[in-house]
Amino acid sequence: MQPEPAASPHDRSNVSLAERAYRIRRHALRMGEVQGQGYIAQALGIADVLAVSYFHAMTYRPNDPEWEGRDRFLLSIGHYAIALYAALIEAGIVPEDELETYGGDDSRLPMSGMAAYTPGMEITGGSLGHGLGLAVGFALGLKRKNSKAFVYNLFSDGELDEGSTWEAAMSAGSYGLDNLIGIVDVNGMQADGPSTGVLNFEPLAPKFEAFNWFVQRVDGNDLDAVVKAFDAARSYEGRKPRIVICDTRMGKGVPFLEERERNHFLRVEADEWTKALDVLEQGYRSTEGRA
Amino acid sequence: MRRSKYERPAHLGQASDGPRLKTSAMIASLAAEGQRTVAAPFGHALAKLAEERPEIVGLSADLSKYTDLHIFAKAHPDRFYQMGMAEQLLISAAAGMAREGFMPFATTYAVFAARRAYDFICLAIAEENLNVKIACALPGLTTGYGPSHQATEDVAIFRGMPNLTIIDPCDAHEIEQVVPAMAAHQGPVYLRLLRGNVPLILDEYGYTFELGKAKTIRDGNDVLIISSGLMTMRALEAAQKLADDRVDVAVLHVPTIKPLDEATILREVAKGGRLVVVAENHTVIGGLGEAVAGLLLRSGTIPPGFRQIGLPDEFLDAGALPTLHDRYGISTDAVARRIREWL
Repeated sequence: MQPEPAASPHDRSNVSLAERAYRIRRHALRMGEVQGQGYIAQALGIADVLAVSYFHAMTYRPNDPEWEGRDRFLLSIGHYAIALYAALIEAGIVPEDELETYGGDDSRLPMSGMAAYTPGMEITGGSLGHGLGLAVGFALGLKRKNSKAFVYNLFSDGELDEGSTWEAAMSAGSYGLDNLIGIVDVNGMQADGPSTGVLNFEPLAPKFEAFNWFVQRVDGNDLDAVVKAFDAARSYEGRKPRIVICDTRMGKGVPFLEERERNHFLRVEADEWTKALDVLEQGYRSTEGRA
Repeated sequence: MRRSKYERPAHLGQASDGPRLKTSAMIASLAAEGQRTVAAPFGHALAKLAEERPEIVGLSADLSKYTDLHIFAKAHPDRFYQMGMAEQLLISAAAGMAREGFMPFATTYAVFAARRAYDFICLAIAEENLNVKIACALPGLTTGYGPSHQATEDVAIFRGMPNLTIIDPCDAHEIEQVVPAMAAHQGPVYLRLLRGNVPLILDEYGYTFELGKAKTIRDGNDVLIISSGLMTMRALEAAQKLADDRVDVAVLHVPTIKPLDEATILREVAKGGRLVVVAENHTVIGGLGEAVAGLLLRSGTIPPGFRQIGLPDEFLDAGALPTLHDRYGISTDAVARRIREWL
């Protein structure tokens, strides 16, 4: 079958990226409410980056998630599954009513992301430090097939601790994988505390530059900045892998969660989910006119 | 104070008492002097198979020359990927290429795959049942370089991994057949690779490899040796020695350790009256021996005697391979000697 001319998904709709990001956050909160838990602070923090990925940058077919011509989105961070499910729901790859099953028995949406469970989930994450190496393999494979598709790999600042991430970073630079776009979510918080206190990975941009990557660092909650960075990453003409380091704010969009004592696994009380959804909506509506 | 494993040799500075065996080269051949061998059977078989199967690619972690993959790389240079001395990356990248429809053959040493890359083989490959073939040189005790290179527990490590097929071939004749069979199998495979000048034995027995099948190489009434890998060669040699003493030894070769050919093993053991000896180039913990023992016990098929020939639960010495094989009981003489003792 001849692939249709690839249309950037954001051309398919007049829905703004801000609304996409808002809706991704809302889907995530609703899943958190179903399960009474979830890595919701990370999901709220990365929602803008996912909105830009799925509604500005990437090419895919919602009704055919294995379409050969698709850009591959590899979620290395298994516990961010709640965020990716929200994006997949918003993208129409996973039906919205399925969020009711999040984390339940026999659900296609388990707590940690796995390839065998969910349409649109390319890899099994969770054992951290796997994503970038897999991305190297995807990128080499796509090049062998003369594919024009990009491989996006979202990984976390915590995964910068893993040696395997740097094996892959060196390899991608060495092979000049210009079809690979890494996205690092620097939210500054790991299981045992602030990221740079757990193991200091800064200065980060010069590290990737030294590994022969095209590097950009942006505020990952500034939609315009993320759009510009993704555009630059895709159109950069050098024979280098590209990385967009995104500094994000955990809990973004729900101020009382943003301000809560920062923690890797944010505790949300049973009665707070509805409140969070209300606050999120109020916040979104109040800025809508100014977007 | 930490003590050295050995005392300073007493003979130093005294007159020589003759030549001593030196540590075998890292890639020493297992062949005895004068034995027929084939050079790099894995590399040649893979290069040939790749002519028919364009989806095959080869990856190595700076050990292509030591895993015979350089033969493939030379024949198909655009299909060979040098991943550097980075085993976690080797496995992850192989998984990624498999997701894109290729059939990667990834090579390194068995110690590095089993010990360093385990998590990546488990989650990136086995959990998704991806079509990656992992071929690893220096299985068990096949180098004199000591525990850093001796994969004495690789089978124990890998047997618990769901979806993974484990193959322990005996010789060059078998390896040539194993390579296309690995490719024909859909799913991950771990191959205990014999490389370099590999002994040639099984052609004389009219043997053919079938994935998942154990085969009787030699029949006999007194002892049933159940063996895999190079220990089948040792078992056949020991059987000949024992025949001189009128001990009649059967050899059942089990190259596929997982999934185990339970039906054939049970049928052979159930023939009855024979001492069962399981021989493997691996620690006695967690390998073929314990797999067979568990099978027999579960099925209530109890032979008159059950013994294991394998490596001890120790970090093994460095030195010359013939010395070490004798020291740890997996040389032909040691196998024959112990079976005589057990009868």
